[in-house]
Amino acid sequence: MATEALFGKLTFSAIPFDSPIIMGAVGVSLLLGALVVGLITYHGKWPYLWREWFTSVDHKKIGVMYIVLAWVMLLRGFADAIMMRAQQAMALGATQGYLPPYHYDQIFSAHGTIMIIFVAMPFFIGLMNIIVPLQIGARDVAFPFVNSVSLWLSVFSAMLVMLSLGLGNFSHAGWSGYPPLSETQYSPGPGVDYWIWSLQLGGLGTLMTGINFFVTIIKMRAPGMTLMRMPVFTWTILVTMVLIMLSFPVLTVTLALLTLDRYLGMHFFTNGMGGNLMMFPNLFWIWGHPEVYIVILPAFGIYSEVIATFSRKRLFGYRSMVYASIAIAVLSFGVWLHHFFTMGAGADVNAFFGIATMVIAVPTGVKIFNWLFTMYRGRIEFTTPTLWTLGFIVTFCIGGMTGVLLAVPPADFVLHNTEFLVAHFHNMLIPGALFAYFAGYAYWFPKAFGFRLDETWGKRAFWAWLVGFYLAFMPLYALGFMGMPRRLVYYDDPGWQLYLEVAAFGTLVILLGIIFQITQLIVSIRRRKELRDLTGDPWNGRTLEWSVSSPPPFFNFANIPVVEALDAFTDMKERGVASTHPAEVHSIHMPKNTPAGVAMGGLAFVFGFAMIWHVWWMALAGIFGVLATLIVRAANEHVDYDVPASEVERTLLSLRGQR
Amino acid sequence: MERQPVDSSGAGRGTLKSYATGFVLSLTLTVLAFGLVMRGALPLPGILFGIIGAAVVQIVVQMHYFLHLDASSSQRWNVMVLVYTVLIIAILVGGTLWIMFNMRDHMMAVSMLTGH
Repeated sequence: MATEALFGKLTFSAIPFDSPIIMGAVGVSLLLGALVVGLITYHGKWPYLWREWFTSVDHKKIGVMYIVLAWVMLLRGFADAIMMRAQQAMALGATQGYLPPYHYDQIFSAHGTIMIIFVAMPFFIGLMNIIVPLQIGARDVAFPFVNSVSLWLSVFSAMLVMLSLGLGNFSHAGWSGYPPLSETQYSPGPGVDYWIWSLQLGGLGTLMTGINFFVTIIKMRAPGMTLMRMPVFTWTILVTMVLIMLSFPVLTVTLALLTLDRYLGMHFFTNGMGGNLMMFPNLFWIWGHPEVYIVILPAFGIYSEVIATFSRKRLFGYRSMVYASIAIAVLSFGVWLHHFFTMGAGADVNAFFGIATMVIAVPTGVKIFNWLFTMYRGRIEFTTPTLWTLGFIVTFCIGGMTGVLLAVPPADFVLHNTEFLVAHFHNMLIPGALFAYFAGYAYWFPKAFGFRLDETWGKRAFWAWLVGFYLAFMPLYALGFMGMPRRLVYYDDPGWQLYLEVAAFGTLVILLGIIFQITQLIVSIRRRKELRDLTGDPWNGRTLEWSVSSPPPFFNFANIPVVEALDAFTDMKERGVASTHPAEVHSIHMPKNTPAGVAMGGLAFVFGFAMIWHVWWMALAGIFGVLATLIVRAANEHVDYDVPASEVERTLLSLRGQR
Repeated sequence: MERQPVDSSGAGRGTLKSYATGFVLSLTLTVLAFGLVMRGALPLPGILFGIIGAAVVQIVVQMHYFLHLDASSSQRWNVMVLVYTVLIIAILVGGTLWIMFNMRDHMMAVSMLTGH
């Protein structure tokens, strides 16, 4: 009894010593982690990291840390993908592959959760952190401290998912976690709880980010930057933040209701006792459908910036681009039922949501044509970001068409829950969202670090990803037509195996792409002197982030720019007022670094961990710790300081000195 | 010293009294809804409309006392967000009711007839 009070459900048997595959993965993860920690310790960089990064409230550094998180989690999520593809390639008939069903189920659940919540979200949030304040001519975000809390909530909730590998298990109920499978009766272990608490804490961070950037864009634009002079990327971020603010609370409440079912024996989604398990998919997708637009709209913004810059033209149809983004946002709240056409609603309801789904193709099509017309008669430069964009336009159209096909309810009755659906949403999310983040990564890398990424390796990575994508996912469309269900651990139809082997081979080609990207980073760092961006404007950019040095001074702008047109920096260059060095500088008011953000994230992790293992004293300690840190921080009145004019001058000169 | 041009005009500030009023009102409305269900004194439609009514009033109370929303012109943005929120809630709550009742009609009809 005393041990249970002290350790809850946590025992040594929670570590899966009997499963060699999991222990191997844990071993590799621990080894890599130990290597990183060892290297940092050896070089004595902990104080530097703590002072300059972990406690930083600088939006540019927070953005970089978000993107590091996204890359790390991409490797983890991709390892899951390779394991699934390998399993399905060999799991014909009596062989049944190398993964037991219970482990396989955890892998696809973790893959989905990680790729959406801990890769796509942090990647675009990182890019927007670095770029949006620069694009609107602001010195930081509206709430720099909240930004730091959001980051650390995301990091620590990702750590919860990683921890589930070696301690207990992860959810086996799919990334969407439908009850009754996710209820205690069928999932008594800690797996679903890991899923709940990592999503809950990560979602809270995202919600705060949504509020933060909405306020930043509304309130902190430079003088003269009206809404209709905002760069398209900032516009799509603004729309995305509205989607986050409206949809993430639904996820929070839905997960909270499931939590009450699991922890306090309530009956919101149970099979009996007045519960309604159909309410869960309904609520989940009220969040889940806007969520896919939350990851795709910023991607549209990145493509718009890239295509205009490298076509050397103004973006075609700026206004229609803005209105299309808003239309997509509004429509995205009216289509959620298409995720459960087959749950039992009548033809009238299904027809309404089917048509609403098809209508979304219209504003999206407007965007496609705008990008094409922007390129028309442009002087297109085939840089790495351009290639990602071109690959996106072609591939995304295929995914869009299969989406419209799935929007027809009778077709969905045939294709739902098959590999066709898996192919469709990967076709939207990989070329749609991920390619954009890679394009943005290459496009804005020099702004963040002061040197460009190597083009040769970037292009090799692009081709490997593109070819690998087609090889990995086109066979899945065919398998869907052949009736192969998704999430299948083994099968007995020999006709499927060849397709699954091609898909597995495609995954290996994508792996090559990832290896090329890692090579690209290493090569670029080694060649950083040749690749240095001395001008702050390596691509002849159109928007304000290129008007400052690369990397920008920590205060971004010595003097707040005055905007007179759309494409503000191009306008300044044409008027000849794009001076890099201001005539006079003043002292600047900036926020101070604080350890409170990382402390609150860490304490939230303690809380989540304790809730998963039912260690109530530790959960109380964690949550009181979070509140106490918040109160101490709120009582501190010395949270900002004045940078004297002399230091502003010195910073500007030292950044010039690097040139 | 040059400050970031943060424009906070039109945003109201709460007082201890307004926060306390909002808190007590919210608490009362919650207890009211809870009591309606626990006592079960009213017929079912009465209970349903009672808790929906209490919920709607509580939304308004929280917006007024905690978020300082009103229709004064300097709060144009607040009002726009409010209108959008109302629209979304109408879609989501209305849509959910439509979907769930439609599903019940299609799937529960037999069991309701036979009493299972």
